[in-house]
Amino acid sequence: MALALVLLPAGAALLLAAWPGRAPLLNIAASALTLILAVALAMQGPGGDGWLRADALNLPLVLLAAVVGLSTAVFSFADVRGEGFDPAQSRLYHAAFQGFCAANMLALLSDNLGLMWVAIEAATLLCVLMVGLRRTPQATEAAWKFFILCGIGITLALFGIVLLAMAAHAVLPHAALLSFAALRGAAAQADAGLLSLAFIFLLVGFGTKAGLVPLHSWLPDAHAEGPTPIAAVLSGLLLNAAMLGILRGTAILAGNPAALPTAPFLMVAGLLSLGLAGLSLWRRRDGKRFLGWSSIEHMGIAAFAFGLGGPAGALAGLLHLLGHGLLKPAAFFALGRAARLRGSQAIGDIGGLARSHPALGWGLALAMAGLAGLPPFALFASEFLVAAAAGRMAPFWLLGVLPGLFLAGLAVLAAMQRLCFGAPTLSAEPAGRAALGPLWLHLALAAALGLALPAPMATLLRDAAAVLP
Amino acid sequence: MSALLTQALHAALVVLLAPLLLGWVRWVKARLLGRRGASPLQPWRDLRKLLRKRPLVAEHATVLTRATPYAALAATLLAALLVPGLAAGMALAPLADLLFLVALFAVARVALALAGWDAGNGFGAMGAGREMAFAPFAESALLVALLSLALLAGGTNLDAMASLFREGGQGLRVSLLFALLALLAVAIAENARIPVDNPATHLELTMVHEAMILEASGRHLALWEMGAALKLLAWMALLLAIFLPAGMAPAGAGPLAWGWGALAWVAKLALLGAALAVFESAIAKMRVFRVPEFLGGALLLALLAAALLFVSTGLA
Amino acid sequence: MVFGQLPYDVAHLLGGLMLLCAFALLAQRRLEAVVKALAAQGVVLGLAALWQGWVQAAPQLYLTGLIAIAAKGVLIPLVLGRMLRALPPGARQEDAPVAPSLLLALVLVGLALLVALPITAGSRALLRMDLAIALSLLLLGLVMMGTRRLALSQVAGLMAVENGVLLAAIGVAGMPFLVEISTAGLVLTVGLLAGVLARGIQGHDTGLLDRHRGG
Repeated sequence: MALALVLLPAGAALLLAAWPGRAPLLNIAASALTLILAVALAMQGPGGDGWLRADALNLPLVLLAAVVGLSTAVFSFADVRGEGFDPAQSRLYHAAFQGFCAANMLALLSDNLGLMWVAIEAATLLCVLMVGLRRTPQATEAAWKFFILCGIGITLALFGIVLLAMAAHAVLPHAALLSFAALRGAAAQADAGLLSLAFIFLLVGFGTKAGLVPLHSWLPDAHAEGPTPIAAVLSGLLLNAAMLGILRGTAILAGNPAALPTAPFLMVAGLLSLGLAGLSLWRRRDGKRFLGWSSIEHMGIAAFAFGLGGPAGALAGLLHLLGHGLLKPAAFFALGRAARLRGSQAIGDIGGLARSHPALGWGLALAMAGLAGLPPFALFASEFLVAAAAGRMAPFWLLGVLPGLFLAGLAVLAAMQRLCFGAPTLSAEPAGRAALGPLWLHLALAAALGLALPAPMATLLRDAAAVLP
Repeated sequence: MSALLTQALHAALVVLLAPLLLGWVRWVKARLLGRRGASPLQPWRDLRKLLRKRPLVAEHATVLTRATPYAALAATLLAALLVPGLAAGMALAPLADLLFLVALFAVARVALALAGWDAGNGFGAMGAGREMAFAPFAESALLVALLSLALLAGGTNLDAMASLFREGGQGLRVSLLFALLALLAVAIAENARIPVDNPATHLELTMVHEAMILEASGRHLALWEMGAALKLLAWMALLLAIFLPAGMAPAGAGPLAWGWGALAWVAKLALLGAALAVFESAIAKMRVFRVPEFLGGALLLALLAAALLFVSTGLA
Repeated sequence: MVFGQLPYDVAHLLGGLMLLCAFALLAQRRLEAVVKALAAQGVVLGLAALWQGWVQAAPQLYLTGLIAIAAKGVLIPLVLGRMLRALPPGARQEDAPVAPSLLLALVLVGLALLVALPITAGSRALLRMDLAIALSLLLLGLVMMGTRRLALSQVAGLMAVENGVLLAAIGVAGMPFLVEISTAGLVLTVGLLAGVLARGIQGHDTGLLDRHRGG
């Protein structure tokens, strides 16, 4: 089942590259099938053999990836037409999109860290292709920055993985040297010094990809200059896959009492990201860059939550990843559609969305309210959990976390007010169902996660939290 | 007894060979450039001619101009005598300490710079200034490289080091490679060869060594020329003793072994001289301002050699 | 495997040569020389992989070594060289801060040794040496990327980082997935080259990127 989940989008990518005729529809169909497979895999529960393994940690993220993949495919059905791509660009876009979904699934599901690395690298390459697709100088520069920074990041992460293998070299058989499950089991006997060094490299490497400060600078550009659907999957999928890489590192290190404590690193990186994004959000003029910075903020919160640790911290972190993975694409869908209608993605150019396009405008307002951490969405629940857990376990850190949360939340609300209310500036063209459907679907799911966690999901998250320190 | 004899033989060879080596390098270079070239004996002929001539000393020159050629030659000659060539265990072997060698070279350098300065000629002062500006880089690189070699050999005595390395006791070490590269760079700079300086030019903007002896004449010039030739020989012998000690007669061997040792030494010197000529013909002179960078690179290599030595021997 | 035995000594020598190439890379101003230094490093990496393949009796390392020699030693330098010839002569060198970057590199090598040696205190000598050199190579590549502005130099820096990581990977006996890793690295670099080739940062100067910042 896990294998099919990877092979299906990969096959779809080949198909789309070969027969670009009805690409948008095929794209949606492939994503829908992927979602069905993902749900089936989740029903089946943790399990799997050898290279691919579904466990409590990656199953929620796989589900999220499938949902976001489908809704993004639906959204891009209409959006890509507006980009004005020529046939070659369109073919590349659709093939790369499905290829990216396949690589992302592989990265999430693979038990072998080497395989995970290869998958993340492939996903990055495909994303770079798509970010640079518009061929404008800005898009080229953004793709270049993305490429170089993530190229370093991914290479450093590989070094971390090699170091993990070195650390466990004496205690594991060669075939199991890179297996996450085996490494976790053998961590206690592995070389503590090498494990610690490996974690540093994993954190820096995957942290670059997850957009943690100080290696975040590619993220806003890549989000702003690529087509909108790419921004949605970047935030909803790739950042989570990178975060999963870091979590795997912490889970392995937790098994060895002599190794470096991972919590302070995650907490400091998270707090820095939150603080910098909180300040920086106030100065953004470009709407999609704004949402990119908001992704940095939320990745920071999640990293902080994972750093806090314990069942509460880990649960909050995972919930935060899920909530962000749903709400951020929603905001991108709405903003991307509005920007397409206005012909500009500057915050100052878009206004009164709620009056000119009520469904789109209120959707964007709700998504951004959710991103600001207001109820009833999942991010409210997770941020509340983080603050409560921090208050219990590390009260002094609250001095940094709470102002950061307020600052960033207010910035998002201020931007929301400018975008959605006031005098309308948009043409009267309707928003279209291809944008509204995914938007409201995401909002509904995020609200469901925030109001009442469905029981199976709650069990899954609790199991996942048990894996983490 | 054998120590004294080998030392005497070595001394005779050194004095005889130094100008010949210089002539040999010039000859090979000329051949490579397509000229017929002067005979390798030419430096000897020049020396003989110059030695017969009275030096003409600048009007305002002090005693320094008269004294420094002798001081420099004495220091360089002593250095050349210390470096083992045809046989190990010569009479002066206990003195053949690497640090002492560096000090002798420094004495010769200071004497040369003083002479250049003393004549009151602008070029002399410029050359001396450049020489002294390069010296800290060259000497620090030399010291670090030699010290990492000393770490390998377990002491700074050149004679012991040569004997140890002849047995292959140092193993295959990347540090040795780095130290060799660093020493080669320093040797090129010390002997005023291309690309650092051009021994065959009197172009004002670029010369360093020639600028300092521009005012020297007659006997003094002969002494300076002999000093330069001895220095080249001493450096080549130093490189050979450390990195290619094969063929050297062991301490206490008989006259036959000395003969073979001498033969091997001369052959190695000729080879190294030819290599120098090829290198000089193939490369362009660098700008004077780039020289510190070049020597800085040598220092860097020497430091790397030392650092890697720590890694490989697990000292750290 | 300890010092004084041939397997260790040769591995040590090759690692040192790679370090030398990394320093040579940092010392270059002309892009052609940068490409040559990079090619040399790639070839030495391939040789190191071949040697480890022989020592560890691991045939997949032969494949890795051959790929490294073919791709990093021959193919990529050829492509980069072609790219260079398309540039105007004045753009084929950059005014890089060579001396400070070399000094920084030296400090970082010292740092790498200080980090790597105590951490691996109990491990085998080969692993300690391997880790120290790989870490140094990695940091040197980062210095290259940090001090250069031309796109091609940054690519060279990235590849130097990658070479360091691969050197570490081939030193771990029985490291699975090595072939995959090296091919993936190849994909990365080839993709990178394609990216540079196809789009062409204006004048290949990434300093122009700053214009598009903010907003």
